[in-house]
Amino acid sequence: MTLRDFINKLLGRQPASATTAKQRLQLVLAHDRSDLNPELLEQMRREILEVVSRYVEIDIEEGDVSLETEDRVTALVANLPIRRTKPLPVEEPHDEEAETDPVWTASQA
Amino acid sequence: MPVTTSGSRSILICSGKGGVGKTTLTANLGIALARQGMRTAVLDADFGLRNLDLLLGLENRIVYTAQEVLAGNCRLDQALVKHKLEPNLALLPAGNPRMLEWLKPEDMQTIVGMLRESFDIVLIDCPAGIEDGFKNAAGAAEEAIVITTPEVSAVRDADRVIGLLNTRGIKPIQLVLNRVRPKMMANQEMLAVDDVTDILALPLLGLVLEDEQVIVSTNRGEPLTLNGSSSPAAQAYNNIARRVCGEDVPLIDPAKVRRGLRAKLGRLMQTKIF
Repeated sequence: MTLRDFINKLLGRQPASATTAKQRLQLVLAHDRSDLNPELLEQMRREILEVVSRYVEIDIEEGDVSLETEDRVTALVANLPIRRTKPLPVEEPHDEEAETDPVWTASQA
Repeated sequence: MPVTTSGSRSILICSGKGGVGKTTLTANLGIALARQGMRTAVLDADFGLRNLDLLLGLENRIVYTAQEVLAGNCRLDQALVKHKLEPNLALLPAGNPRMLEWLKPEDMQTIVGMLRESFDIVLIDCPAGIEDGFKNAAGAAEEAIVITTPEVSAVRDADRVIGLLNTRGIKPIQLVLNRVRPKMMANQEMLAVDDVTDILALPLLGLVLEDEQVIVSTNRGEPLTLNGSSSPAAQAYNNIARRVCGEDVPLIDPAKVRRGLRAKLGRLMQTKIF
């Protein structure tokens, strides 16, 4: 809020039109920008779930991927409840590594 | 900051909304670049409503157009109209509006590719809108300059165009803010420069003040940058040309254009308090 806006508010006047213009633009652009077609969003959701479920066990039904716009940034927000983490894929650790990095071997056990 | 490449460059000049100053910018920037020694081609990609020839004062010298070049009915150099006072600048006129029926993005790429062989910079004057005309023109460009005015409709349309340019991988995309009225901005009756750059999230390539001389120059068909005019718009166009060439030229501050007590008060009133 600028000094002028503040004075206008005190005097019960309308805010300066530039302030109104900016607010209206931000609102209309949030809508314009998130104009991603639902089909593409659904496909993206499925692929994201697929990748994530390789690492953790997630609730497919509860998983939600959506677009949210705040200020001028549109964000892709994924809310994926994790049931439990999957065990790491077991690999044969190299002998040298096993010696130099005991934590690594412990996690493999 | 503008990026300079060693090879030839193709720059799209677009806005989304009509009447915000695309063609005026193309004409003035074209002349200014040519005066800096760049071999510059301006391509009128607005086949429906062409006007670039008129703003450059070349409307009576058109023999062939992009249409004849594409159809193989003439060579490129036969269609190019060289500016008599600025031989570094050549115009490739838009063809017949009926071209729109068969013109494809590949055709524009062909034309721009031909131009890039003999010019340092190709400026593409894009039609308004985001339909086929825009897509054809955008498909032939590597960089873009988006021009807008500090009005809600122009900014909204610019935002749509920027989205489309981004998905095409065109970069850099830079912004020119046209028809800036310092007094209205000081009174907060016009979107501030920062408001527009914040919303559109583009680097600012130039600010052009509202200037009656632009209308006078279009009446005559002599772009302001041609005759060394020192009017505010002429200076702005020259500065844009220097920035396009990679020079670091400071932007003007609209608040500093005005002097006196009222201007000082206006600046005070713009102070952000929270």
